[in-house]
Amino acid sequence: MTTSRIPQLLRQHQAALLDAWVKAQQAALTLRRDLLSDADLRIQSSDFLRSLTEACQSGDLGDIQGPAWAEVREFLSGVSGSRASQGFSPAETATFVFSLKQPLFSLLRREVAEPAALVEETWTATVLLDNLGLHTVDAFQKSRESIITRQQQELLELSTPVVQLWTGVLALPLIGTLDSARTHVVMESLLQAIVDTGASLAIIDITGVPTVDTLVAQHLMKAVAAARLMGAECVISGIRPQIAQTIVHLGVEMGSVLTKAKLSDALALAFQRLGLAVAKAPGRA
Amino acid sequence: MEVRRIEALPIRSSDDVVRVRRQAHNWASELGFSPVDLTKLVTAASEIARNTLEHGGGGSARVEEVRRGVRVGVRLTFEDQGPGIADIAQAMRDGFSTRRGMGLGLGGAKRLVDEFEIASQAGAGTKITMTRWK
Ligand SMILES: Nc1ncnc2c1ncn2[C@@H]1O[C@H](COP(=O)(O)OP(=O)(O)OP(=O)(O)O)[C@@H](O)[C@H]1O
Ligand SMILES: [Mg+2]
Repeated sequence: MTTSRIPQLLRQHQAALLDAWVKAQQAALTLRRDLLSDADLRIQSSDFLRSLTEACQSGDLGDIQGPAWAEVREFLSGVSGSRASQGFSPAETATFVFSLKQPLFSLLRREVAEPAALVEETWTATVLLDNLGLHTVDAFQKSRESIITRQQQELLELSTPVVQLWTGVLALPLIGTLDSARTHVVMESLLQAIVDTGASLAIIDITGVPTVDTLVAQHLMKAVAAARLMGAECVISGIRPQIAQTIVHLGVEMGSVLTKAKLSDALALAFQRLGLAVAKAPGRA
Repeated sequence: MEVRRIEALPIRSSDDVVRVRRQAHNWASELGFSPVDLTKLVTAASEIARNTLEHGGGGSARVEEVRRGVRVGVRLTFEDQGPGIADIAQAMRDGFSTRRGMGLGLGGAKRLVDEFEIASQAGAGTKITMTRWK
């Protein structure tokens, strides 16, 4: 194969190519004007063209994994990352690279006269941009995954709120799957809240826990035992009939743990323990 | 027994255990299992999936929607290539655990399903098949 003219053409026609490319992107239906300003688009495009042109001068056009392409790859990963967090779709992100095809092909058509050479150059450009596009999609995917992992982590903390229902009474409404990681967070925040508030009674509500197996049961009993050591009694509420039946079949004995069907029953028990009575205000209907 | 659909799932992490549980739950609820039957099946799935992960060192699960005559149900098969169980009767006994567990998983799962089969040998892995009918 003869040496490609693409590196030289990119260098010579960078400015014109940038204009044509930015126009093509602005015309594309996938451009998110709500998320990306024209000025930013132009800066991103011009930075990319510059780094692409540079990489072409020394690097192999057929292998973007080489060291000469490191900066281009990094740049595209950066674009993917910021677009992923801004809420672009994979297609909208990949369009950034793929939309360069048309203006680049036009440039080749104008500059490469010999038909066989034109076919060759167009093919080289196609493979190059496809590879860069795939890299972009890959990087986008990786960014999405790390965003999801981070959100899960945040959710983990968010979904274990300890609320004070009354002076001395805490409630921990558990929602979702109680895997080991979450149980750990849950238990810690409960014990911390007991220390902070000096609560004497904690209600662990499991209405939102879909499955109570031996592991979950064991975690719950441990939480109760630890709370006891801190001077607080626990009541487990929100035990639905199907959960109660299943626990019995499993053979789990809740032993000395106080249980109530509903959170309101548990709260009534708490008031009773504290020597409080809830009464209707006089003079009200 | 006629198998109407199959889903194979790996068990390599606690997320996978959740996935197996969800798959069993989805198919059983599509079949119209009552809340109690559904909870029993899913809890049994959870126990054995976690044993596969923790004692068997990971393995695989197969969730199947099955039919026998007019009855429909969900069959779960768990397989691992782990250390196996030398004394099955002992492992099945309530309270027996080699890992500070409650020791209720195997016996409990058996009580929660309609059919339960275990094949295991020291050094040759473990295979457990269980079915709950609607
Ligand atoms: N897939 C397996 N491979 C090897 N050993 C197993 C397997 N499943 C169970 N066992 C053995 O059988 C024992 C009893 O299992 P079982 O599920 O009843 O209790 P556990 O897992 O120890 O505790 P838990 O009550 O939390 O389930 C285990 O401690 C383990 O030694
Ligand atoms: Mg177990």
